[in-house]
Amino acid sequence: MKINVDRDACCGAGQCVLLAPDVFDQDEEGIVVLLDERPSAEHDFAVQEAVSMCPTGVIWVDRNA
Amino acid sequence: MGGTHPLSQPEDKMSDLLDYPIPSDRAIEPPPEWAELRQQCPVARVRLASGGEATLLTRYDDVRAMLTDGRFGRVIPASGTGVGSQDDGGTFSNDPTGVMANEEQHQAWRRLVNATFTAKRVQAMAPGIEAKAEQLIDDMLAAGASADLVPSVAFPLPVWAICELLGVPEDERERFPYWSDTALSTTRYTQEEISAARQEFGAYMAALVEAKRAEPGQDLISELIALVDQNDPRLTAQTVIGTSMALLVAGHETTASHIAKMMALFLGDRSRWEQLVADPSLVRSAVEESLRFDPNAGFGMVRWVDEEIEIAGETVPAGTTVVCSLAAANRDEGTFEGADEMDLGRRPNPHLSFGAGSYSCLGQSLARTELQIVLAALVRKVPSLELAVPVESVPRKEGLLVAGFDELPVKWGE
Repeated sequence: MKINVDRDACCGAGQCVLLAPDVFDQDEEGIVVLLDERPSAEHDFAVQEAVSMCPTGVIWVDRNA
Repeated sequence: MGGTHPLSQPEDKMSDLLDYPIPSDRAIEPPPEWAELRQQCPVARVRLASGGEATLLTRYDDVRAMLTDGRFGRVIPASGTGVGSQDDGGTFSNDPTGVMANEEQHQAWRRLVNATFTAKRVQAMAPGIEAKAEQLIDDMLAAGASADLVPSVAFPLPVWAICELLGVPEDERERFPYWSDTALSTTRYTQEEISAARQEFGAYMAALVEAKRAEPGQDLISELIALVDQNDPRLTAQTVIGTSMALLVAGHETTASHIAKMMALFLGDRSRWEQLVADPSLVRSAVEESLRFDPNAGFGMVRWVDEEIEIAGETVPAGTTVVCSLAAANRDEGTFEGADEMDLGRRPNPHLSFGAGSYSCLGQSLARTELQIVLAALVRKVPSLELAVPVESVPRKEGLLVAGFDELPVKWGE
C-alpha cells in the first residue's frame, strides 16, 4: 500500500492531520506533507477516513504499489 | 444590482417555478421535494428571494462537481441572480476579502490564512475550548434545572473561540450577532439595515486593525498586519479588514447554529442521545453524521458559469447562476446507504456540509474540534439532558443564508 498526495491541489483544510497525525502533516502554508508513504496496517482505518474526508480529494492510496 | 424584480416576469412563468430555498415547516425532516428533485429533475429551474431565476442542483455527484470544477465561478457578477431580496444581491455578490473572484489570488490568500488554521494550531486551542465549554455547562447547570441551550452554550462557545483566535476584545462581542445576521440575510433585513450594519461592522474592524497595528498581540489579526507592513504582495490593509470580518461571521454563526441543530437532532430522537451516553467513542462520527443529516442546512452554495456547460446530460447556458443544496446532496441514496437514517457510526461519510474543492470551508478543523468538544462535554456532564418542548415547536430562524434555531429549551434531572 502506497499513499500519494497532490500538494498543488491541496487546500490546506488539515483534516488528514487531525485524523492520521502519524501519516500526514501540514507545512507553514497548511499544505499537506506526507510523513509516511507506506504506513503500517494499524493506520489503515485513519488513512481511509482521511481519503474520504479530504475536501479536494488529493489523497489516494495505491493498493498494488 | 443583482437579480430581476419579480413583477418584471410574466405571471404564468412565475407559477411554474419552484421557490428556493424550498419552504418547509418540518423541524427535523427534509422537505419531500429534495428526493423528487434528485430523482426526477436534478437540474431544476428555481426562483430565488431576489425574484431572479437560477439553476438548482441536488444530486451528490453534480453538487460535488459544481464545487470542485473551476468553470463554476465563486463570485456572482451584477448580471447574475442575487440570492436575497436586497438590492445588492446578498453575500455571494459581495466579497469583503476582495480575493474570491480570481482563483490564483484566492489560492495565495488561502495559503496565507491557512497557516492560522492548521490542524496543529487548532489542536493547540482544544484544551482552552474544552475548559470554556465545561465552564459554560457548569454555569448553566448551576442556574437551575432547565435552560435555553443557545445563549447558555451554543452561541458563546464559538464566539469565544473565534474572538480568541482573531484577538477581538470581550466587551464588544454582543454586537456580533446582529452584524452577522445582516451579513447573511436573504429576506430578514432591508437593504438599508444591511448597508448600515456592514458600514458599522467595517468601521469597527478598521478601528480594531489600527489598534492592533499600534499594539500587536499574539493573534491572527496582528499576524496579518505584520505581513502587510512587510509589503507581502498577497495582502493589503483592506484585505485584512475584510478577512477579519469574514472570519468573524463565518467563525461563529455557522458553528453556533450547528451546535443547537445537532443537539435538536440527538435529543429530538432521544435514542440517539442514549446511544452517545452509552458509547462516547461515537462522538466524532456522530458529529459528522449530524452535519450530513442536518435538514435545516441553509441556502447551500452559489456559482456562476460564463460559458456553456453540461451538467447531468443537460446543457446549462453561459450566464447562468447555479445554486446547490448541500443538504439534499447529503441525502443522496446513490452515495449514502440508508441516507434518510441517522447512523451515528457512519463511515465513510464524505458529506458536503463544508463544501468541497479549493473554496471549501477554511475553518472546518476548528468547527469540527468545537463540535466534538461540546458534544463530548454535554454527554459526559449532563447525560440526563432532554428537550423541554417537542422538537417541532422549537422556533426556527428564517430569512438568512444559514438556518437554525433561535432558542433550544432543554432540561435535565438531578
